[in-house]
Amino acid sequence: MHIGNYIALAHHSEQELTKAFRQVAEHHKDEPDIEQICQLLATWSEKHVNELKTFIERYSEENSNEPERLTQSLFEEPRSGGGALLRDLHDLWLMANEAELCWIVLSQAAQGLHDKKLEAACARFRDDTKRQLAFLLTRIKVAAPQTLIAAD
Amino acid sequence: MEQTRDSIKDIWGERTPYEGHWPVRVDELTEEAPDRWVQSACVLCSNGCGMDIGVKDGRIVGVRGRAVDAVNHGRLGPKGLQGWMANNSPDRLTRPLIRRNGKLEEASWDEAMDLIVRRSNDIISKKTSLGIGFYTSGQLFLEEYYTLAVLGKAGLGTPHMDGNTRLCTDTAAAALKVSFGSDGQPGSYTDLDTTEAILHVGHNIASQQTVLWTRILDRLAGENPPKLVVIDPRETFTAMKATVHLVPRVGTNVPIMNGLLNLIIQAGHINPDYIDAHTVGFEELKQLVSQWSPERVEAISGVPATKLREAARILGTAKTLVSTILQGVYQSMQATAAAVQVNNLHLIRGLIGHTGSGIYQMNGQPTAQNTRECGADGDLPGFRNWGNPEHIEQLARLWNVDSNIIPHWSPPTHAMQIWRYAEKGSINLLWISGTNPAVSLPQLERVRSILQQENLFVVVQDAFMTETAQYADVVLPAAIWGEKTGTFTNVDRTVHISHKAVDPPGEAKPDFEIFLDYARRMDFRDKDGAPLIKWKTPEECFEAWKECTRGRPCDYTGMSYAKLSEGSGIQWPCNEQYPDGKPHLYEDGVFNTSIDYCETYGHDLVTGAAATKEEYKAKDPKGKAFLKGADYEPPHEEPDEEFPLWLTTGRLVYHFHTRTKTGRSRQLNEAAPDAFVQVSDEDAARYGLKTGDLVEVASRRGKVVEPVLVGDIEPGLVFIPFHYGYWDDPGRKRAANELTLTEWDAVSKQPHYKYAAVRIRKI
Ligand code: SF4
Repeated sequence: MHIGNYIALAHHSEQELTKAFRQVAEHHKDEPDIEQICQLLATWSEKHVNELKTFIERYSEENSNEPERLTQSLFEEPRSGGGALLRDLHDLWLMANEAELCWIVLSQAAQGLHDKKLEAACARFRDDTKRQLAFLLTRIKVAAPQTLIAAD
Repeated sequence: MEQTRDSIKDIWGERTPYEGHWPVRVDELTEEAPDRWVQSACVLCSNGCGMDIGVKDGRIVGVRGRAVDAVNHGRLGPKGLQGWMANNSPDRLTRPLIRRNGKLEEASWDEAMDLIVRRSNDIISKKTSLGIGFYTSGQLFLEEYYTLAVLGKAGLGTPHMDGNTRLCTDTAAAALKVSFGSDGQPGSYTDLDTTEAILHVGHNIASQQTVLWTRILDRLAGENPPKLVVIDPRETFTAMKATVHLVPRVGTNVPIMNGLLNLIIQAGHINPDYIDAHTVGFEELKQLVSQWSPERVEAISGVPATKLREAARILGTAKTLVSTILQGVYQSMQATAAAVQVNNLHLIRGLIGHTGSGIYQMNGQPTAQNTRECGADGDLPGFRNWGNPEHIEQLARLWNVDSNIIPHWSPPTHAMQIWRYAEKGSINLLWISGTNPAVSLPQLERVRSILQQENLFVVVQDAFMTETAQYADVVLPAAIWGEKTGTFTNVDRTVHISHKAVDPPGEAKPDFEIFLDYARRMDFRDKDGAPLIKWKTPEECFEAWKECTRGRPCDYTGMSYAKLSEGSGIQWPCNEQYPDGKPHLYEDGVFNTSIDYCETYGHDLVTGAAATKEEYKAKDPKGKAFLKGADYEPPHEEPDEEFPLWLTTGRLVYHFHTRTKTGRSRQLNEAAPDAFVQVSDEDAARYGLKTGDLVEVASRRGKVVEPVLVGDIEPGLVFIPFHYGYWDDPGRKRAANELTLTEWDAVSKQPHYKYAAVRIRKI
């Protein structure tokens, strides 16, 4: 069974997402909505990390040998300069999509295994992730024209 | 001076007790006997009392209430009776000013407007109209907002237009949209004449809308007085009359409202048939509020469980209920979520759309409703939905322009974001009309530094040399109420006409004419090459506006200047079906939520994320109202060792906004000449303070020095009125907004003025 592998991937994605939301919040303090909402959204991902623990125990987390693809190439550190906020939100959005896909994949497996608890957890987590994505997308849409056309 | 009563000492006047029909009492104040009276209405709060302006020898000499007006039945409050004196103030602006070598110097209109046009074109050539922003008011007339909206949205095509209404009323609009699908107050003031119960949440109505409060006082003095529930952290004039006064900790409106709804649902005081037939989301709401037992509410809000139960009993059993909500909710944590809970209370009890029951998501400023309707804030004209392509097409057809020019690719930019873009240098021209952000925005040190930025060209259009105008590159002298004709709409949807009574001083011009002049000089054209803006007079503009509202909730098509001048106020919608206007919306329980009609596809109440049309389609309520809730989020800044006290800000009965007008009426000014900081008896003892001592109040963002006023406030909380700035007293830092936070509600984007952590020190 490879489900443990995927739980590890989900666990890792959410850990990275928690960290990234906090970094962006900290780095873009001058944008009050970004600071406050990213702090809040970090707590949602953090909650997922904690709640995954029981499933990790059940399916014994296997550490995948895959390189840390997304975080490594996309988001090492928040950026500075004119387009920084837009690019940071862009990367957060990609990372959150990775998390959402993990919930979809795990939910499929949970149904196959008749693991109602995991299935329910995946549904809840996915709802949260979707709300994170919706916030990021709204904010990206707002920032895009101003950043690309009018910023210095 | 002749006056029917001294409204400074006797704010609300003599009682005329009643139930059913509110008796007439005409309030009047004149300096000399007028030659003639000119029909108008008051523009010093959102109540919109009908009044006549007394004129003698081309000068305003007084006012009197209009006995026939349904809003006030002749009454006027202290601001209405005395605020007009500002029109005659000797320090009115009478010539345009241009900054040359760092100093503002007199110039001609041609010079001033040419300079603005040159700057505009220069910016547009470099970065499109995204480099231009407008920050307007809640005090202009409908015709002015609509002209501004059309030139901004179809001429320039900038999404950066908002009003200071963002600071006072955008949560009202947001909460109405969340529940009912569009803006628009469901009830009528006449509901107060018969209602069994009244709920005021964060609304010091006694100081804010003194005449509306007079109506309530008269009910309280009559047969079958209504029960009054007040939720407010301060012992206000309003709270003193309450049957039950709940005193919440700062930022805990959501727990209290959740707790009240929970008790009402538990007790079975709901209307299941109404819920079934006319709402969606009840089970989720019930589940959410079920976690809020009175004990848990008490632990978080400090409101005793027994008091909460008492309030829930009144709100759950009254057969009719009028609720009003204002800044204590709108300018605090979870503003929209808390305001929506009041809508929910009415929906689950079925108390909406009939005589005696109404909800007032109150407006702060007099003409804020029009800023919203006309699209001079972050909305589209006629309550249209920026996410709905068909609504954009309607506007494009109406204005005969290509729909691409109308900015609708994302939500219109809210005020705080406009200022942020200016700070970051991506907006380079900011046009401020009829408002005073250098006193009214949060964190004033920051606002002043933005206004002084080299890369920002600031245009200020005002009647006086305000704190903001002092930083302008161009100052345009504006005519005000009494000096121009136009219409405006109060909080119960009553539209009044205000006729020109006197000429403006010097070369001052109505905002309407200034905007038209700009549109002409910018040569905005429609698709066929004709001038974009086709009207020349306010009346022609009103006729164009009527077409814009046809078929929308705020339908004006049945009104005209003649009809408005014959009577004394007409409520929208007014059309063929309702030629005399309509007192209640949603009588049939059909709300404005269907997918083709709604003003918004909704938001996440916690994050503010906008829902898409596809998402809305999946749950299209087809005319049912939404019951939505949210769980509690603590405030973002809380008292700590360094800053151990809560600060809250608010208004005084004698002043409006930043005192630009009321500070220039001798009586109003003398009644409340200066700011102060109110502290509790306990805190006064702790810090060794007595009334009159001077203290320094500091937050993480700034400092002020204020005289102390002891009493009538909870320990741990201090209060500073927000009206006071520097034009008449530059000597000491005293504006409350030196201390406030730059942050805002996720949905309505209204800033949080109601809390900040501060410390005080005797000096
Ligand atoms: S209640 Fe408002 S509208 Fe009426 S007189 Fe007073 S300030 Fe003017």
